[in-house]
Amino acid sequence: MRTLSYLFIGIFFGIVMYKSEAASWFRIYEMFQFQSFHMYGIIGSALMLGVLGVQLIKRNNIKSFFGEPIKFVPKDKGFTRYIVGGIIFGLGWALAGSCPGPIYTLIGAGYVSILVVLLGAILGTFIYGLLQKKLPH
Amino acid sequence: MEWIFEPWPWYVAGPLIALIMFLLIFVGKQFGMSSNLRTMCTMCGADNAADFFNFDWKAQRWNLVVVVGAVIGGFIGAHFLTNDAAVAINPETIATLQDLGFSSAGNAYLPDELFSIDALLNMKSLAILLIGGLLIGFGARYAGGCTSGHAISGLSNLQLPSLIAVIGFFIGGLFMIHVLFPLIF
Repeated sequence: MRTLSYLFIGIFFGIVMYKSEAASWFRIYEMFQFQSFHMYGIIGSALMLGVLGVQLIKRNNIKSFFGEPIKFVPKDKGFTRYIVGGIIFGLGWALAGSCPGPIYTLIGAGYVSILVVLLGAILGTFIYGLLQKKLPH
Repeated sequence: MEWIFEPWPWYVAGPLIALIMFLLIFVGKQFGMSSNLRTMCTMCGADNAADFFNFDWKAQRWNLVVVVGAVIGGFIGAHFLTNDAAVAINPETIATLQDLGFSSAGNAYLPDELFSIDALLNMKSLAILLIGGLLIGFGARYAGGCTSGHAISGLSNLQLPSLIAVIGFFIGGLFMIHVLFPLIF
């Protein structure tokens, strides 16, 4: 039952990514050129509702569908890893025109070449794992 | 119902993304797509190579199910919910891209110059896709999250580290588009 709910959320996510064109390389390029409000509108409106909803859940101690308390895990404190890792991610996001979620969506949409990006992303994650202890965080 | 087959505007897509995040929160999980890449590494045996991959990946199986769903969703979106996949980006953006050699700008969902089957046989476009992927995977794990984990989940929870990461995403993206693209293309 829970597994099915994850599957349906994933399907819903995939459809929204495709239909909103957030999975389009062109939309990412256009966003970084500041020539359209589209991507900023998507992220901005998701964020406004996100901030509101998270506050509501926290203030009212709202429970999950399964009656469990909802925990928000704070991110570890730090600066270097977030700015450097963020910049590296941003370079890839703009070059491949896709972030991890849309990669999966595009596989389903039938773009074989996106598998190269996925392979690169898995390799990149592996390289990070190998170097993790040597990198400043 | 005709609107379903058109591109969905931001004021539909943004709230739906927030809804997806809350659905995951309400089933006791969190919205973050890049951590799956670590899980896939571990499944391939990376835990023998580095401690970073030595974790209980089976506890992350739920997120792999989300991934399978995202693939199915992409299939449904592209094949059943779309008549014309061409992305109507700003005409100025189209002109800039055509100057860079992207003649498919304005007529396709992804640029043929990078994503067509023919482009797979071209060393340059193959290298661009692979390097793009490497940067995405490495950067996302270094920063501890990607667009979904930081820009949506983290910022919704008012996390300062997520704000730093998102600023990083934009520094990197702007540098790529404005400084490196003219050199690459």
